[in-house]
Amino acid sequence: MSVLRNSLQRATRQKLFLPIFCMVLVLLINLMKSASFFSIAINNGVLYGRLIDILNRGSEIAILAVGQTLVVAVSAGTDISVGSVMSLSACGCCTLLAGYGVNSTSTLVMPMALGMLGGVLLGGLCGAFNGVLVANLKIQPMVATLILFTAARAIGLLLCDNQITYIRYDPYKYLGNFIPGIPIPTAIFVTIAVISVAALFLRKTSLGLYIQSVGVNSRAAHISGINSGWICFLCYLICGLCSGIAGIVASSRIYSADSNNIGLNFELDAILAVALGGNSLAGGKFTLAGSIIGAYTIQAITTTLLAMGVSTDQAPVVKAIIVVIIVVVQAPVFRDWIGNRSARKLTIAKVAAESGSGEGVA
Amino acid sequence: MSGKDQLDRAKRGIDSNTLLLFITIALFVVMYAVGCIVYSGKGFAHVQTFLNLFITNAGLICVACGMTCVMLTGGIDISVGSLIAMDCMILAYGMGVKGYPSIPLLVFVLTVGIVFGFVQGFLVGYLQIQPFIVTMAGLFFARGMTAVICTDQISITEKANPTFYAWANAKIYLPAFLGYTNNRGKVQIPFIRPTVIIALVTVVVIFLLLKYTKFGRALYAVGGNETSAAMMGLNVKRTKLMAYVLSSFLCSIGGICYCLNTMSGSVQQAKGFEMDAIASAVIGGTLLTGGVGNVIGSLFGVQITGTIHTLVTTNGKLLSSWANIATAALLCFFIVLQSVFAYVKNRSK
Repeated sequence: MSVLRNSLQRATRQKLFLPIFCMVLVLLINLMKSASFFSIAINNGVLYGRLIDILNRGSEIAILAVGQTLVVAVSAGTDISVGSVMSLSACGCCTLLAGYGVNSTSTLVMPMALGMLGGVLLGGLCGAFNGVLVANLKIQPMVATLILFTAARAIGLLLCDNQITYIRYDPYKYLGNFIPGIPIPTAIFVTIAVISVAALFLRKTSLGLYIQSVGVNSRAAHISGINSGWICFLCYLICGLCSGIAGIVASSRIYSADSNNIGLNFELDAILAVALGGNSLAGGKFTLAGSIIGAYTIQAITTTLLAMGVSTDQAPVVKAIIVVIIVVVQAPVFRDWIGNRSARKLTIAKVAAESGSGEGVA
Repeated sequence: MSGKDQLDRAKRGIDSNTLLLFITIALFVVMYAVGCIVYSGKGFAHVQTFLNLFITNAGLICVACGMTCVMLTGGIDISVGSLIAMDCMILAYGMGVKGYPSIPLLVFVLTVGIVFGFVQGFLVGYLQIQPFIVTMAGLFFARGMTAVICTDQISITEKANPTFYAWANAKIYLPAFLGYTNNRGKVQIPFIRPTVIIALVTVVVIFLLLKYTKFGRALYAVGGNETSAAMMGLNVKRTKLMAYVLSSFLCSIGGICYCLNTMSGSVQQAKGFEMDAIASAVIGGTLLTGGVGNVIGSLFGVQITGTIHTLVTTNGKLLSSWANIATAALLCFFIVLQSVFAYVKNRSK
């Protein structure tokens, strides 16, 4: 009994316990509802199935979660502009490819890769703007990113001349759908690439360590010779680039730049992914793997809700409740309270046992 | 008293915070004056256009007052826009579909606001979770609940509820000498709506509350330095809780004003309203770090954002997204200004 309890305790103390637990829970609920949940089939030469759908649709959230994790870790604040920046970079990319004011086109003005790069760089520019406000001007992250939260979507609308620009050029659709001949959705490859690059940078260079030390105590890190401001700026820049990539993928899915709908409410999903991944929203230590598992868990929740007939407008209620539960469980005050309670229980039990044994001796 | 003393006193009088308020008021005057000159042909200079600023922004004024109170404690409340959408939807659904009378519905909406604020305040004050995360969850919860109540757009017609309709269309005329003759030769007497009175009463009440009551002073103390406020014997947790309750309550009052203006409820309503409210408070000189600010500044902040929207709509050729961009740019300008002031203050210490 005690062995079981000990191993259970050890398991719950693991960093990745919370994200994996949530993931398994969501999958189990799905399995109970329909047995065909895990089935994967090949239709028309491409993979079909709920799991593939979750992996595919969760790509944007996973990419955003990479950037968001770094931002949360370094500055104990969140970047709420990611959804709007996604929309802006999608609009920027489509405008570059189609030309200003063109509603629908099948011939591109410039090479596709160049336009996409432009879109991603536009995201990076937004990230740099946020970075300067947070790192150099020392403005609270959430308030600083609030500026682009409103402005980016509006600027995107201006870039597209207040209309939806369609790119009816087949290769443009590859990124968000399938490359002919390959059965796996391309977005999954993009996600793997982004995650690998980020993981490589964090593991092979000391950037990861620097980010953590700035997040734990920015002043102490500064005194010990780390350029805190620069590290903080870099994290926001990376977050902006990630938003840019996510925006291009989202735009490629619908081969257009729908400024009002691309990346809508994605900031919540990205923050939720970080929190669900077991990362503290108060900054400091972080696990990238946790955030990514968290991102796919959220997509699984969304897919489940949609499959259950909940509309996209109503889904935020469930997500909001999940956010509140997670942050309450994470809150130090709540943990102390639980800790005190179990400690008191233990003491009472001990005292009772001692007095019991004392009586026995007497 | 020597001249130097007087100079010192004058300097102390105009510290950086008052200066921010002066900049705000000056900006409003300049902006409005420019509007009057550029769009004089389109009736920008009429008294009614000025009063319309109050009529269209009555809801925002109430919300900005609540936002100021929360920001004084160093927090933020981004759930206000969604809460307004939910309030409007409750009113529209209750009156338009179910046919309930207005008074119980209004009481219900205000109660919902208080309960909503209580939950948020408890999470922020007692569980010490970041205000932004809590109110962001609140934002999505309220917006989602709006869709749960009804996904369609519902309007409140005269048939559905004559009382509410009468309130919405009531006009309170100002003295006749302020009137002007329009191009058809008819004399137009400027008027305001009941919502304007609600909004202005809210501003006055909150101004007095902040200035003269124990609770108001506690808000400043908690925002200024939480630790010293606690050492002085203030109940920091309860003060924070009450700030969020007050914000959501005022937001519900704002929601009622908003509903009286639009007479409808829909899921997409009041999107980005939190941004307008925060921008108004920041432009009005409320510091994001807490402890500094007052509602008079926020009132002017609302008028500035309102003027931007009016300028863009009066122009007619500009896209409505320019108003968003201009507000964001102005917000950026004031945030940076605050940051610079804080930096200068720290250097001079």
